[in-house]
Amino acid sequence: MRVAVQPAAFDLGAEVAAFAAGVRGAGAVVSFTGLVRDEGGTLSAMEIEHYPGMTEKAIAGIVAEAMARWALVDALVIHRHGRLFPGEAIMMVATAAPHRGDAFAAAEYLMDYLKSRAPFWKKELGAEGEVWVPARDADEDALKRW
Amino acid sequence: MDVLYFAWVRERIGLPRERVKTSAGTVAELVEDLRARDARYAAAFADLASLRVALDQELASFDAPLAGVREVAFFPPMTGG
Repeated sequence: MRVAVQPAAFDLGAEVAAFAAGVRGAGAVVSFTGLVRDEGGTLSAMEIEHYPGMTEKAIAGIVAEAMARWALVDALVIHRHGRLFPGEAIMMVATAAPHRGDAFAAAEYLMDYLKSRAPFWKKELGAEGEVWVPARDADEDALKRW
Repeated sequence: MDVLYFAWVRERIGLPRERVKTSAGTVAELVEDLRARDARYAAAFADLASLRVALDQELASFDAPLAGVREVAFFPPMTGG
């Protein structure tokens, strides 16, 4: 398991390739990448704040739960913070399992929990000034399926 | 104890963290102490339903006891991913 919380951009292709190369016994690798939307051209940048210390612990706990629920060989989470611009990758998860079902399900689980249980807060900077992104009920509801 | 504020809670109060001496027994009692300080704190803690709290970096509830806790953090619902 690797968890990285960093301001720096990451190389999606290189990360997935390195992850896939290191997962002995896996037959499936699933990856998801979250990008900064441009919101129809109205968003100029996004600021992502986090809680150093708790963030890493919370993500490690979420990944450990996923490893316990599904037959995962390994998992990777990279999440950025600081100022990001439209089109930039905010974060990625990758999961590896013997079969694709577990890899897909675990990747969705990781995303659902990272959305509302990892201490990150997004602020949108655009034409209307600065706006903290509100949490959506749908994100909280998404946890109930697990 | 150390009290930390994030996102709009930090902006409303005007600082990211501070040391607080309190005799509060629970998070809710600590919130009452902070609210009574001035308008900035009252604004930040106006609606507890829109706030979350972590005790020593673990999510907790507002009725949780503070005994032995070193770090309390207040923040809005998280928006990661």
